[in-house]
Amino acid sequence: MRESKIYGVLRVIGLLFFALITLFPLYTIVISSIKPLQDVQSTFRWIPSRVTFEPYIQIWSTVPLARYFLNSVIVCVSATVISVMIAILGAYAISRFRFRGRNPFRLVVLSTQMFPGILFLLPLFIIFVNIDQTFGVQLYGSRIGLIITYLTFALPLSIWMLVGYFNSIPRELEEAAMVDGTTAVGALFRVLVPISMPGIVAVAIFSFMTAWGEVLFASALTTEATRTLAIGLRNYASQSNVYWNQLMAASIVVSIPVVAGFLALQKYLVQGLTAGGVKG
Amino acid sequence: MSTTRSRKDAEARDEGGSPPPRRRRGLRRRLGPHALPYLLVIPAVIFELLVHVIPMIFGVVISFLALTSLYIRNWAQAPFSGFNNFKIGLDIGGPIGSSLLHSFLITSAYTVLIVVGSWLLGLTAAILVNSEFRGRGWFRTLFLIPYALPIYVTVIAWQFMLQQQDGSVNTLLVKNLHLVDSPPFWLLGGNAFWSIVMTALWRTWPFAFLLLLAALQNIPPDLYEVASVDGASIWRQFRSITLPLLRPVSAVVVLVTFLWTFNDFNTPYILFGQSPPASADLLSLHIYVNSFVNLNFGLGAAMSTLLLLFLLIVSVVYIRLLRVGSEENA
Repeated sequence: MRESKIYGVLRVIGLLFFALITLFPLYTIVISSIKPLQDVQSTFRWIPSRVTFEPYIQIWSTVPLARYFLNSVIVCVSATVISVMIAILGAYAISRFRFRGRNPFRLVVLSTQMFPGILFLLPLFIIFVNIDQTFGVQLYGSRIGLIITYLTFALPLSIWMLVGYFNSIPRELEEAAMVDGTTAVGALFRVLVPISMPGIVAVAIFSFMTAWGEVLFASALTTEATRTLAIGLRNYASQSNVYWNQLMAASIVVSIPVVAGFLALQKYLVQGLTAGGVKG
Repeated sequence: MSTTRSRKDAEARDEGGSPPPRRRRGLRRRLGPHALPYLLVIPAVIFELLVHVIPMIFGVVISFLALTSLYIRNWAQAPFSGFNNFKIGLDIGGPIGSSLLHSFLITSAYTVLIVVGSWLLGLTAAILVNSEFRGRGWFRTLFLIPYALPIYVTVIAWQFMLQQQDGSVNTLLVKNLHLVDSPPFWLLGGNAFWSIVMTALWRTWPFAFLLLLAALQNIPPDLYEVASVDGASIWRQFRSITLPLLRPVSAVVVLVTFLWTFNDFNTPYILFGQSPPASADLLSLHIYVNSFVNLNFGLGAAMSTLLLLFLLIVSVVYIRLLRVGSEENA
């Protein structure tokens, strides 16, 4: 498309508009995290009266941030690893085999994506409490209960994206390996998985992000000892006297891993989403 | 299909008396050659059953019980109450039914604003970033950051910005831009609705941007060249080339943002906790409060079931309409 000068000017104006609405909250977060306490307890100032990194240190003792961090890391890493493994197996079956129940399976997996979380939360809560009561296996309030819950959240979309990814890879590669005597599962792990690494990493990041930001289930299924970052920080933010500079510092610390991972791999995420969407 | 054939060939070879390869596992041989895909999907099926399917069925069962806190550890003892929970939920004259209806209407308005707003903003930004220019990558990355941030970080940041006395929003509006005389309360009364809309929109439009930009990049530039040689205006090109080719992705964007927004729990819960102002009382939070705070699980489950029915109907109708539309276009 040939672009006129007017369009060039309009584009600059448009881009500035979008940049400003995006930057305003980001700027507030970053600048507040390096302000002394009196700055955030009075009217908002665009420029800090002095720059300090103390909030980044103080927040670790204001709230048990290390414990929240540990809980979040254990839960999210476990859920991601298990979920990706399961998604690889399931996507391989759908992409490479025609079997009875294939379409119902796809339908169920996809439709669970649309159900409101609140619908599962209540029964799941009651199921967990009753499993504890009957078998003595503690799922409510434990990390395991949360891991099991989270690993299923990203599963539908992970399978969907990986099916799209696997479909785009020619079967001849695995067939060659299978002629050489490798089993189908061997071909999956020796041929298909290495080639699909970008897609698999994108799916893993997506699963991790989903778990890292989850609030609803964490609010009902954790206790003080297993509280994740999401609930820990939210509860602190709802108190009456909040040290906002420290809270903004904590927000930056907990955001960096997911934002960096997402930006590094967003290209693959889009490929995966659109590939799955086109061939669904 | 070719795999199926070659697998059959391989199986035929096995049956043809040639010694089976050593690596083949015992379990698979016992279950027969067609067991493999089932074995592969079993883990996914188990977890889907445990966390999604069984709780969903169980949820529908609970909605017919008078399940209160008395029976939480022993749900089988809860008395059967027929359609009573549904009657209470749908009785517009009663206090519970009327507040549920109010919550439904608020949620609908919220959803329409977010879905339409996200699509419009996402498409505009995607068009602006679509062609090559210097600094393009920076804008693209910047626009995606809100989507990448954990939800609770976004909402907590907005909570901080929307403080009546010291928030940066009021500082900007009152002190810097002089748009309003006295700083409004954003987190109370009717304004709370606009607070959740702003917060959710800021976070949701980059998702539309991400997918629409990917789709724009896939449109071959030749199409525009041919069109402009034929004398089509930019607007005409946009209407006849861009919009129709974006249709499949737009359909996905609208459906996904609709489901997210209609089920949104995070925005009002993080901003307001368990007692949101009426104007920000979205359905998911409304059900949560009825179940976990008022401890009436049967009623909460009935409301969830109604919500599920509504979403099912909307999604099925939407997909139907879309299919009919795309056949007409084809």
